[in-house]
Amino acid sequence: MSQLDELYREVILDHYRNPRRRGTLSGNHLHAEGNNPSCGDEFALDLVVENGVITDAAMQGQGCSISQASGSMMMDAIVGRSVDEVEDLMRKFKVMMTIEDGDDPLDPDRPGSVLGDLEALQGVRKFPVRIKCADLAWATLEDALAQAGR
Amino acid sequence: MSELGHLRADFPILRREINGAPLVYLDSAATTQKPQPVLDAMDEYYANHNANVHRGAHTLAAEATERYEDARSRIASFVDTASAQIAFTRGATAAINVIAYGWGLNHLREGDRIVVSVSEHHANLVPWQMISRYTGAELIYLELDDEFIIDTSNLEAVIDDRVRIVAFGGMSNVTGALGPVDALVDAAHSVGAITVLDGAQLVPHAPVSADDLGVDYMVFSAHKMLGPTGIGALWGKPERLEELEPLEGGGEMINIVERYHSTWAPVPHKFEAGTPPIAEAIGFGAAVDYLGRVGMEAVAAHEREITAYALERLSEVPDLTIYGPKDVTKRGGAVSFSLGDIHPHDLATIVDQDGVAIRAGHHCARPLMQYLQVPATARASFYLYNLREEVDVLVGALMKARKVFGLG
Repeated sequence: MSQLDELYREVILDHYRNPRRRGTLSGNHLHAEGNNPSCGDEFALDLVVENGVITDAAMQGQGCSISQASGSMMMDAIVGRSVDEVEDLMRKFKVMMTIEDGDDPLDPDRPGSVLGDLEALQGVRKFPVRIKCADLAWATLEDALAQAGR
Repeated sequence: MSELGHLRADFPILRREINGAPLVYLDSAATTQKPQPVLDAMDEYYANHNANVHRGAHTLAAEATERYEDARSRIASFVDTASAQIAFTRGATAAINVIAYGWGLNHLREGDRIVVSVSEHHANLVPWQMISRYTGAELIYLELDDEFIIDTSNLEAVIDDRVRIVAFGGMSNVTGALGPVDALVDAAHSVGAITVLDGAQLVPHAPVSADDLGVDYMVFSAHKMLGPTGIGALWGKPERLEELEPLEGGGEMINIVERYHSTWAPVPHKFEAGTPPIAEAIGFGAAVDYLGRVGMEAVAAHEREITAYALERLSEVPDLTIYGPKDVTKRGGAVSFSLGDIHPHDLATIVDQDGVAIRAGHHCARPLMQYLQVPATARASFYLYNLREEVDVLVGALMKARKVFGLG
């Protein structure tokens, strides 16, 4: 696979064009916003946390396919999970985005991979200037969870 | 086609490969590449003449001062003005800040108005927002016409006798549209307002005679015209430079320093506090020498041709939208576009794989992005070293981007 094909996998383009849980929440919820001032990517997150579990979430944003797909995949990955699980996921995502070439415990072709669709974002590592695009939604999530007093 | 292709040999970086392909550098509106004579001039200064300027009686100090002042006079000649009307600054942004603070803080108050256009670079917007906040003067916008040019059809409605400053760009770094200098100067002067021309994208690309433009102040930047980063120029009419207070105090900008007050050095040195970027000034001088040898008419003609070719080729790409004038007599060589639903950052990444450097983003012009109702654009910008073949490479890479995004 060329570096470009690895970056723009089918699943990324699908999430870019059909973002999951796009919108806003009413009622009591956490809210956080993030942006990358250098490129203008924006991401906003509404989150409901009940008894330590993320029970609902909605996102808004605009930006490149990587930033928006990363956010959409994140939505799929966090709703229904406990905050503890999500914090573990955030750590794994961070590890995945910082691993250099070579042996990669998160390689999707290895048995027991853990991040599901999110692993499609591994191709971003070959494009260092785009890593901040993939990180945007996750930094916003971190802000939102910080408000939950964790 | 005008024959400037031979100049490419003067630019070492143009021999580079990027991702296995020859570099196609289409980001000169962000910064230009540097020819060998500019690099040599700075090296030669450091190797043989390095000393501080305007201080000390030793031979090296005299040589450095002579070269620094000689650069100023070459830059002055390049824009057809007197040396005393060119002050060195850190860049065009710094020069606008000198005007905004040095003039604005001392002349503006509540009830006054500052007029800018919606197509300004943040460098010619944010300082005026700050001065507006400090003085209570109101910031007013000029909108664009359907060719993306600052709309002058109803100027008297905007530029009335409350307006003290009209600040605008000579050429948009996004749309490439040329600023309607004459109309804005006439409108401003008819109500006694001063004019500030952001020449960062104009001076590098067209013959400019500062004294003939009619504006009160003009700024430009070395690195956008083959020179080094970290230096630019503030030009003003003599009386405007006299009445402009310096923004920075320190060494070199003074006449007499007492315990509790000081007097300033004459123009332009009162604007040059501290040790200036000496090598950069000398590099800036070498850059205008280089442009002068090529001839600015030839530079402008070359850019018109390549821009016309780019507009034609880009319009062959399905789903591609260009944001800027179609008429090359109304524009320069910065061409902004979008392609289907492919975000400009994705476009920039994809074409970079073919060695093509374009800019993606808001181009330091967010109000313009909002006006155009796009979050960002992609931009290819051309200079004297670009070739038609490079436009072809760009178009090929854009077709590849369509495939990657499944647009056929």
